[in-house]
Amino acid sequence: MTKKTHVTTTINGEETEFLCEPRQSLLEVLREVLDLTGSKEGCNNGNCGACTVLLDGLPVDSCLVLAVETEGAEITTIEGIAQQGHLHPLQQCFLEGAALQCGICTPGFIVGAKALLDRNPDPTEEEIRFNLAGNLCRCTGYDKIVRSIQEAADRLQSAT
Amino acid sequence: MNTPVPGSQYKVIGTRPIRHDGMDKVTGKAKYGADVKFSKMLYGRVLRSPHAHARIVSIDTSEAESHPGVFAVITTSDMPDLVDKMADLGEGVVNMAHLGDNVLAREKVLYKGQAVAAVAASDVHVAAEAIAKIKVEYEPLPAVTWVLDAMREDAPLLHDNVFTDDMGKKSDKPSNVDKEIHFLKGDAEEGFAAADVVVEREFKTATVHQGYIEPHVATADWNEDGNLTVWTSTQGSFACRAQVAEILQIPISKVKVVPCEIGGGFGGKITVYLQPVAALLSKKSGRPVQLTMQRDEVFEGTGPTPGSFMRVKLGATKEGKLTAGEAWIAFDAGAFPGGPIGPACMCVFSCYDFEHAKVDGYNVVLNKPKTQAYRAPGSTHAALACETVLDELAEKLEIDPLELRLKNAATEGTRRVDGPVYPRIGCVEVLQAAQASDHWNSPLEGPNRGRGVALGFWFNCGLKSSASAHVNPDGTVTLTEGSTDIGGSRASIAMQLAETLGITAEEVHPQVVDTDSVGYTDVTGGSRVTFATGLAAYKVGLDIEGQMTSRAAELWDCSPENVRVESGVYSHNGDSLTFAELAEKLHATGEAVVGRATVAPDGATNGFGAHLVDVEVDPDTGKTTILRYTVIQDAGKAIHPSYVEGQMQGGAVQGIGWALNEEYFFDDQGQMKNASFLDYRIPTFLDVPMIDTIIVEVPNPDHPYGVRGVGETPIVPPPAAIAIAIHNAVGVRMTELPMSPPKLWKAISDQS
Ligand code: FES
Ligand code: FES
Repeated sequence: MTKKTHVTTTINGEETEFLCEPRQSLLEVLREVLDLTGSKEGCNNGNCGACTVLLDGLPVDSCLVLAVETEGAEITTIEGIAQQGHLHPLQQCFLEGAALQCGICTPGFIVGAKALLDRNPDPTEEEIRFNLAGNLCRCTGYDKIVRSIQEAADRLQSAT
Repeated sequence: MNTPVPGSQYKVIGTRPIRHDGMDKVTGKAKYGADVKFSKMLYGRVLRSPHAHARIVSIDTSEAESHPGVFAVITTSDMPDLVDKMADLGEGVVNMAHLGDNVLAREKVLYKGQAVAAVAASDVHVAAEAIAKIKVEYEPLPAVTWVLDAMREDAPLLHDNVFTDDMGKKSDKPSNVDKEIHFLKGDAEEGFAAADVVVEREFKTATVHQGYIEPHVATADWNEDGNLTVWTSTQGSFACRAQVAEILQIPISKVKVVPCEIGGGFGGKITVYLQPVAALLSKKSGRPVQLTMQRDEVFEGTGPTPGSFMRVKLGATKEGKLTAGEAWIAFDAGAFPGGPIGPACMCVFSCYDFEHAKVDGYNVVLNKPKTQAYRAPGSTHAALACETVLDELAEKLEIDPLELRLKNAATEGTRRVDGPVYPRIGCVEVLQAAQASDHWNSPLEGPNRGRGVALGFWFNCGLKSSASAHVNPDGTVTLTEGSTDIGGSRASIAMQLAETLGITAEEVHPQVVDTDSVGYTDVTGGSRVTFATGLAAYKVGLDIEGQMTSRAAELWDCSPENVRVESGVYSHNGDSLTFAELAEKLHATGEAVVGRATVAPDGATNGFGAHLVDVEVDPDTGKTTILRYTVIQDAGKAIHPSYVEGQMQGGAVQGIGWALNEEYFFDDQGQMKNASFLDYRIPTFLDVPMIDTIIVEVPNPDHPYGVRGVGETPIVPPPAAIAIAIHNAVGVRMTELPMSPPKLWKAISDQS
């Protein structure tokens, strides 16, 4: 067995330490070591976006990041999107807008959409489609996902 | 949001409440198959065949067994011998020996990616190292991957125990053609003789995959007392239980299947792959074992839908009355018999009223993964052929394509070529809604742009569903059901119970439970759940209402017949109690109220959909862009319209992918060359526009709320509608799927 490395990160606002092998991806460590199973594995090679997390504020496919690379990083996963018992408007709008069917892609879409809205609070349909083109959904045909992100953007904007 | 629809006879049905399982799914708490963890759990990997066709000479697992961190290695020799026996295990009749061979190959491998051996180890990396140490000696055999090639006399024979079943008659020689179907209505020759115009075309479609985002996964724990628990992502926990018990040759009562949340299925998560393997690894290691597929294993080792060759011929009079139809359809089944040739033959002419029709179907085994159901199995292929030829007839006759369809549309009383006579159906209403739609009546301008319309059909099956529910003291009701929820069915079922009891959707708490905790329930498939499990929920509601009425009668010392129940309020002679008030009194006044129902609705109901699409073709690259898309469908009665729309939109987009991009590329050795989501390209966010929906409601007479299944029909019309739109844009008739840029570019170049 390969020797494990000690890594210190901040995950969902909490300082977190873990041991990992050099070959373990961030996704694997989140799911198998830290029990944060909200990030999903759809392809394990960067093609589906189900494993999207924020790494220092930027959306990444956590299956393509080696866990040892995250020393000192700030990571946000789907488990860290709702705050103090309140859903994020994206989560609320996905629920109201029926933007999920099976729901396996949903964590990746919500995390990815949050990154987009943090950067661009009022995206056009084109911008939403372009920025989230790395997230696959096989169930919804995307229509209700676009609408729910737009609705969340509106709510976030009118709240500020 | 969840207020009753004005003017509706219903309070809950037709509203859009938040689905009950939604909160867990937007916060990452929902437990999907790969999210279950147990202490001491091991992780497995499966070794798969590198050959499309080969004899297994020997397997040596010794090095893998001694690899550090390995706890168990299994091959087919760890599996009980399965005899040639036909069994119905929840998804039609299958040969047990074939099912077993598809789980772990015995003497031969019949496709690249077929499972051969498996390992359980301390983690997935160790398991992957260990399977690389298993030595398998193969004797490669010639492979065949195109359906017409596999039908030839001199084709490599896959099975020496597969004989052609020709409408019940068995051939005397083994054959790659496992089934023939022949339907005949009237006399096709006579019909064609009466035609003024006849069009005939041949079509080819590529193998495509269901493409669910969640890979297959199973976790098994085989206890020392012989009890086996399987946590898995499945469309049918009871079907899974039956298959696992048969393959492992253990009593069905020894197996408990716990359905986890499921990340998509579309028909592909009914048959078992990993479940029996995980069980054997658990038995051998004495620990729980989890097996998850990698994406390439999903493509190469699990069921796609058939590739096909079809020929369709239609004749019509000058006035546009169809006189005859003829179809010849060959489907590849993949490596083992079985597949949707039956539904394809039944669906090909199902939208129209033909006096004379003839359909011949052939199901053919060849060296590709065993095909599995995929959303309206067989109907999408068939619609491509029939609708494209019909469009060409409309063009030749200079009749509006919707008019031509309306002139010939199936209605109540139409007898289909496969026999059944339609009850009340909504085919005409769907066409009329298409005619009246904004999309159809908006001009489409610009070069290389075209509009297409196509019609599609699918039925929903009844099968069996069970449910029970108990009333809580706070006036809520806990509903227990066995239908795994792939796309919001907890909500649509709970809403039917709520409507029946006169309470709100939020006051019902639906639970999907394991096979020990609910009565037998068939698969989530066949567009049946909202229909059949919904019917069970309705009957549970009637049962509860009866018990609540009796309790009220006891309280008021009157006979139950004199208690009035309206919208959840129980009353008698000036006394009245709401459902919640009565629920609060239950505990102090007698036994608990528990309702139950189990149903097996007869027959099938029929769903029609029409799709309108505008495309723009780039003649320099052959790329097709979808500009506008509208789905019109008869839902009978839409219980939760958002999720009905979602089915219509999602199905349409899967159909768009099938039409334009998706295909398995095989080399001449039967090796799939594009087994990843990068190269097998399902539609992305950027590939599709918004998908408009128009729900038509022609209530189903065989359901108390009029429900028709809606899940599958939406995948049927897209390839045909898009092929027709492409023709109207650039003048070429595309008869091969996918209509990918190279193929379309070539067709355009050949034309000019
Ligand atoms: S699992 Fe990481 S992109 Fe698919
Ligand atoms: S909801 Fe199933 S993949 Fe998106």
